[in-house]
Amino acid sequence: MRATRWQPFNPIWNQLQQLQEDMNRVFERWSEDGGRLLGRSAYPPVNVWEDAENIYVEAELPGLSLNDLEIYVTGNQLTLKGERRQPVPEKAVWHRQERGFGTFSRTLTLPFDVDADKVDARFENGVLTVKLAKHESARPRKIAVKGE
Amino acid sequence: MSEISTLTQKGRGGQPAPEATRGDVYFTPQVDIYETDKELVLLADLPGVRPEDVDLRFERGELVLHGRVRPRHPETGRLAGEYDVGDFYRVFNVHESIDAGKISAEMKNGVLTVHLPKVAAAQPRQINVRAQ
Repeated sequence: MRATRWQPFNPIWNQLQQLQEDMNRVFERWSEDGGRLLGRSAYPPVNVWEDAENIYVEAELPGLSLNDLEIYVTGNQLTLKGERRQPVPEKAVWHRQERGFGTFSRTLTLPFDVDADKVDARFENGVLTVKLAKHESARPRKIAVKGE
Repeated sequence: MSEISTLTQKGRGGQPAPEATRGDVYFTPQVDIYETDKELVLLADLPGVRPEDVDLRFERGELVLHGRVRPRHPETGRLAGEYDVGDFYRVFNVHESIDAGKISAEMKNGVLTVHLPKVAAAQPRQINVRAQ
């Protein structure tokens, strides 16, 4: 199990990360997948974004059957676990095998706590989108400024 | 069963793609190909592509696969980005032992399965040997 940490409030770390991503991108232009994956990290690669109330985690898991996918949420951690099974055709000769198969497990440490009762997970066209509601304590609060 | 691949890729991973009116990037989808007595089967990972967004053509001896992906991320609020999202495009040369009129395909959970049946002459036939 690997955990990924973000340090979104550290601008220098962000810049180093950006440089790493750019360097990876240079080399990956020549790779078979045409440079889609930005940096060789754990599987599945995720995209994460937020709005005022929720944090969204998206992963591409084409061909995965829902029976083979498990999602766990505790505190500020999200775990995606499952297995991608390879079809085994009868009496066949494989000419090309580029797709990966097997079990995977990835734990993400989110920048805030989430409300484990309010998690919405959707799997459409091979894309898993998990919407997690930020815990009350993590929502932005507007501060009233008192004037003179 | 023929050992020679009748489905070869045209060009390398960074093969030329059609001019995109949106100025998008095109990505090469990963594929598996296997062969049985009767057909060649191609499986392509096209996450985020709906069945109606697959443009699969056979023209001039080439199988052209184009999967359109609609943008699905908001512009702001990004916390981590480990992969890009964009259209998929890949071209294969199809040998004449494939019966092009009978190519069929189905799409499920972001995986496209293309069936390329072989022409009858290309299917192996068992020959009975009579004892003299």
